[in-house]
Amino acid sequence: MRSTQRVAVSVAVVGLVAAGLSSCSASSGGSSGGSKTLNVLMVNNPQMEALKLVAPEFTKATGIKVNFKDLPENDLRSTASTEFAQQANQYDLATLSNFEIPIYAKKGWVADLTKYTSDPKSSWNGKDFDQSDILKPMATSLTVNNKIYGEPFYGESSFLMYRKDLFKAAGLTMPANPTWQQVAGFAAKLKKGSTAGICLRGAVGWGQVMAPLTTVVNTMGGTWFDNNWNAKVNTGGFAKATNFYVDLVKKYGEPGAAQAGFTECDNAMIQGQAAMWYDATSAAGTLVSSKYGSEIGYAPAPVEQTKSSGWLYTWAWGVESASKKKDAAWKFISWASGKDYLNTVGGRTGTGMGWANVPAGARASLYTNPNYLKVASSFAQPTLAAINSADPNNTGRSTHPPVPGIQFVDVAEFTDFGQKVSQQISNAIAGSTSVSSALNASQSIAQDGVKAYKK
Amino acid sequence: MAGAVINRAAGRNKRAGGLLSAAAWVIAVLFIIPILWMVLTAFHSENDAAKNPPSFFAPLSMSGFSDFWAAKPIPPLLNSLTASLASTLFVLLLALPAAYALSIKPVRKWTDVMFFFLSTKFMPIVAGLLPLYLVAKNTGLLGNVWALVIIYTSMNLPIAVWMLRSFLAEMPIEILEASQVDGAGFFTQMYKIVVPLVMPGLASAALICFIFSWNELLLANTLGGNTAQTAPVFLTGFVTSQGLFLAKVCAASVAISLPVLAAGFAAQDKLVQGLSLGAVK
Repeated sequence: MRSTQRVAVSVAVVGLVAAGLSSCSASSGGSSGGSKTLNVLMVNNPQMEALKLVAPEFTKATGIKVNFKDLPENDLRSTASTEFAQQANQYDLATLSNFEIPIYAKKGWVADLTKYTSDPKSSWNGKDFDQSDILKPMATSLTVNNKIYGEPFYGESSFLMYRKDLFKAAGLTMPANPTWQQVAGFAAKLKKGSTAGICLRGAVGWGQVMAPLTTVVNTMGGTWFDNNWNAKVNTGGFAKATNFYVDLVKKYGEPGAAQAGFTECDNAMIQGQAAMWYDATSAAGTLVSSKYGSEIGYAPAPVEQTKSSGWLYTWAWGVESASKKKDAAWKFISWASGKDYLNTVGGRTGTGMGWANVPAGARASLYTNPNYLKVASSFAQPTLAAINSADPNNTGRSTHPPVPGIQFVDVAEFTDFGQKVSQQISNAIAGSTSVSSALNASQSIAQDGVKAYKK
Repeated sequence: MAGAVINRAAGRNKRAGGLLSAAAWVIAVLFIIPILWMVLTAFHSENDAAKNPPSFFAPLSMSGFSDFWAAKPIPPLLNSLTASLASTLFVLLLALPAAYALSIKPVRKWTDVMFFFLSTKFMPIVAGLLPLYLVAKNTGLLGNVWALVIIYTSMNLPIAVWMLRSFLAEMPIEILEASQVDGAGFFTQMYKIVVPLVMPGLASAALICFIFSWNELLLANTLGGNTAQTAPVFLTGFVTSQGLFLAKVCAASVAISLPVLAAGFAAQDKLVQGLSLGAVK
């Protein structure tokens, strides 16, 4: 037959399709540049996926079309940093965290939103945005020199989740404010067969293993740097906390801990393979509807020397300084971070929908909303208490670097040296290196990372 | 006696051949297992896909594919098709004359030219990423699929020139001389003789260029932005640090691999012919 015919046919089809496509892609390119279209860059967490599904309602109300590009966290960070550093104006706004926003604000990459927050006329529905309803630690972490540069979409602290039924069966009681030594003791007693005593992140990434570990460092009196940027990674509280953490997860943690992150631990809890889990408060919404949901209890982040030790994190909207559609961008923010949005997704079912999964940890009013409390009664107050006890500017340590941040050091270089240090720690958890040699390597990585600041 | 020797030799050859084909099977199976796994996972539910140890016989489900479809895959697939097809077309249009000038009527110092073409592939593409980004930004081509077309064309051109040159070098020059005697002009020669004779070469070069541009992620992710998002970039959007995604990603991977499979199938006969032609020198 056939091969020549087949090739001829496929070439012809290919040609036709290409001709058709080039014309249609040209037209779509034209329409997306319109003045009533916003380009939004965002992380693809479930809450954002839900937002994408309800966004047509915003378009219907305001006439503003929204194009979303959603990326995994690491890709989002690298894309956002080129985009904002270059002010390339490919996107009008993006989900940025309280790690990026202070850095970007100091460089002038994100727009000051202060004037919008107090002007009801600028919001999407003409109603007051109610800035005072935003939880204070969140607002503080997104404010630089009294100017607001971001509005939280959702926020979180960290706490300890545990299985009440397993605790009862083992004759244990969770204290109101557990210490890490107590938690280690529980983990030892609760580890049985395929059930881990505790699930802790061990995966590479400054936002993975380093986030919980740094909170342990804080409460054990350690710090990444002193106030003159001298690295303190292989000494004192940092070394003590790392030894403790690695030892705990190796002895009583989940199998394959060196690869486990939020998702893996979440999954382990859902499937009943872990008795405790220290992680983000936002995890609670995913657990409550699972098989063991009603058996899960919540305790504050374990401590040692400080009164509290939960982290503080938020995905917030930041508007690019170069955007020519800042007014429309604010309309979008006032919708997505507004009070009504919670009702929009709360009353639905599907990925990231429903009251258990509404973007929590941003607005105080959510914690008095009866619809929310109906499904979230077990974790709403622990979450609120954890967030309110977190102060990005004061972790309770005696020394700290001259920048904010609880589970991170808020300098641009941290993404790089934090990543490299996390590799070392993850190796130690995997057992391919010792904690002390991992820490010694990390010490010089950290010191090199901040040489620009050291006087 | 001589016959016995031959028989023994034939027996040994047979055994060696058997071993070789067994090895070929083993390698083929090793290569195909991850792909089969991907296809199987694509038809599982998210919870079954995330199970450890894996559950092979979990009930089949289309939820991965419906999640893929719900994410609106058509615009990125169209962008990918445009970028891949247009760049492949341009590559062939440019590479064939270049290969002609390097083999049939070699230009002066043609070996240097060949080496120059190859040398453009020496630098890792990531080293050129920032300059490309800045150029695209300053020319307003960020988020424009034609920026990708231009880059993919230049990225694949050296490979196509090298491939086509080796095919053209195989072509007996006497055929061209004979056609010249019969009064064929340059374009008639190209159209009636050169192109049909190197069709296998063109097909395999086209397929390779198509696959390379279809699968390209780094540049598409950096330059494509929102409006020129391609299929591989779209695929990475399913990976998330919060929540289960294995079934979705596998379903999306299966769907996104289909056009390449189709192209490979269409060009299969020519491809085998073309690849072996290039190899036997």
